[in-house]
Amino acid sequence: MDALPEFKVLNPATLDEVMAARAAHPDSKPLGGGTDLVVNIRRGIVAPPVLIDMTRVAGLHAIKADANSIEIGASVTLTQLAEHPVAIEHYPVLAQAAGLIAGPTHRNMGTVGGNLCLDTRCIFYNQSEWWRDANNHCLKTTGSMCHVAPKSRGVCFATFSGDLAPALLTLGAEIDIAGPNGRRTMPLEKLYIGFARLRGDEAAASAAQARQDIPVTETQGDGKFFLSLRPGEIVTTVRANNTPGLRSGYDKIRIRKSIEYPVAGVAVALKREGDRLASLRVAFTGTNPRPVLLDGTAALTGGGLDERVFKGLDALVRDQIMPMKTTFTPGHYRRRVAGVLARRLLTRLFEG
Amino acid sequence: MARILECKLNGRDRADAVADNVLLLDYLREKVGLTGTKTGCDGGECGACTVLIDDRPALSCLTLAATVQGRRVDTIESLGTDGQLSAVQRGFHEKLGSQCGYCTPGFIMASAGLLRKNPKPTEEEIIAALGSNICRCTGYVKIIEAVQYAATLNAQGVAP
Repeated sequence: MDALPEFKVLNPATLDEVMAARAAHPDSKPLGGGTDLVVNIRRGIVAPPVLIDMTRVAGLHAIKADANSIEIGASVTLTQLAEHPVAIEHYPVLAQAAGLIAGPTHRNMGTVGGNLCLDTRCIFYNQSEWWRDANNHCLKTTGSMCHVAPKSRGVCFATFSGDLAPALLTLGAEIDIAGPNGRRTMPLEKLYIGFARLRGDEAAASAAQARQDIPVTETQGDGKFFLSLRPGEIVTTVRANNTPGLRSGYDKIRIRKSIEYPVAGVAVALKREGDRLASLRVAFTGTNPRPVLLDGTAALTGGGLDERVFKGLDALVRDQIMPMKTTFTPGHYRRRVAGVLARRLLTRLFEG
Repeated sequence: MARILECKLNGRDRADAVADNVLLLDYLREKVGLTGTKTGCDGGECGACTVLIDDRPALSCLTLAATVQGRRVDTIESLGTDGQLSAVQRGFHEKLGSQCGYCTPGFIMASAGLLRKNPKPTEEEIIAALGSNICRCTGYVKIIEAVQYAATLNAQGVAP
């Protein structure tokens, strides 16, 4: 790889100092473990003039957890979350997702905030500068066309592959955001605005909005902008509640069992009452430009875990999961993997 | 931008003028001259550049030197004292855990990090702890045996 471009590193100790640094340097980027951002800087994909080291900021390193709720600071490392005894016991979907990210050394470095804001990935994007230059660059950098979907009219299909997001979505998590205009809290689901195939009336509106010539809104990005953070904002905390009797878990498939990004990852949270599936939430990563909490799973509950549930789940996956050729594995294969993973994990949790 | 980087490198306090855009890997190899830490894939995919930061394995190719201010950094050169190999080094030597040797410093540091945290790891724990390192020669069997042997040496009092 080429030498690093010029940039400045700031090491703030408090959140107020971070906010001041963000205000003074609008093009700055928060730096967690560097396992995503530094790679992209080294490949010339991004070149922020200022990096803000988030690993020393007071108040962002704690996991506060009991049987009822969990609150995780953005600078908590993935190893800390994966090994946290309360997370393992009461929020297994979170501990398992954290423990399956990349490899152990990466997890010592990578942070929860970084994983939630992980840049989207694509075979035409995560390449060296000369490779991208030889291919006329792509929509997500400086090009004018998405090479994965040339007729996409401005939509970038790079895939979101963070593992914590789907796990947290099944728990209905919310995030705290700090920014130049103060703090706000919102559902995690609203953070992700990468292109989504929506159903019914929304589909047409979404297709129209997802063109590059239409400004990005806070609910609909274009792939290049896949997070709804406003300028200067950072994620500081993520919070989720437990519900008594909830069974949750996370599983993923990758080309090899370590380091690699997912072919598909799935989080499932369900409740079983007797022989009845009482509630079900399923979320995916590694497939779409945003993590997807499956819409329509409530209709599958009420009965036992039978063919009706599996067929219904397959139909929802077919409808809402749309992997493109953004990795070395073909899109249709990743969709099948996603469906099979969800079915297996659902069965294991229901029976376990 | 440059700064005076102060850290405890291999047990010794250091203060060096270091530019902000310098990787820990390049600081170690180019500035300090500790070339035991290897540059492999250069993108966080192989683990050859693994060092310990505050006893935890980290990839020096993705760590900016500017972020280790005040921290303890241990490289392969810190292992072994008075001409004696450390437990992990002896393990890799005697159990043939090294062939071409390029990935070896990274594997040894990841293993040393494991034994500092967990002196009696099971085979599964060893495999999990070495998941960020890649070796294209050994097929890993000898590496796992090397770490198991290192754990027994460690139990006899040899530092990991």
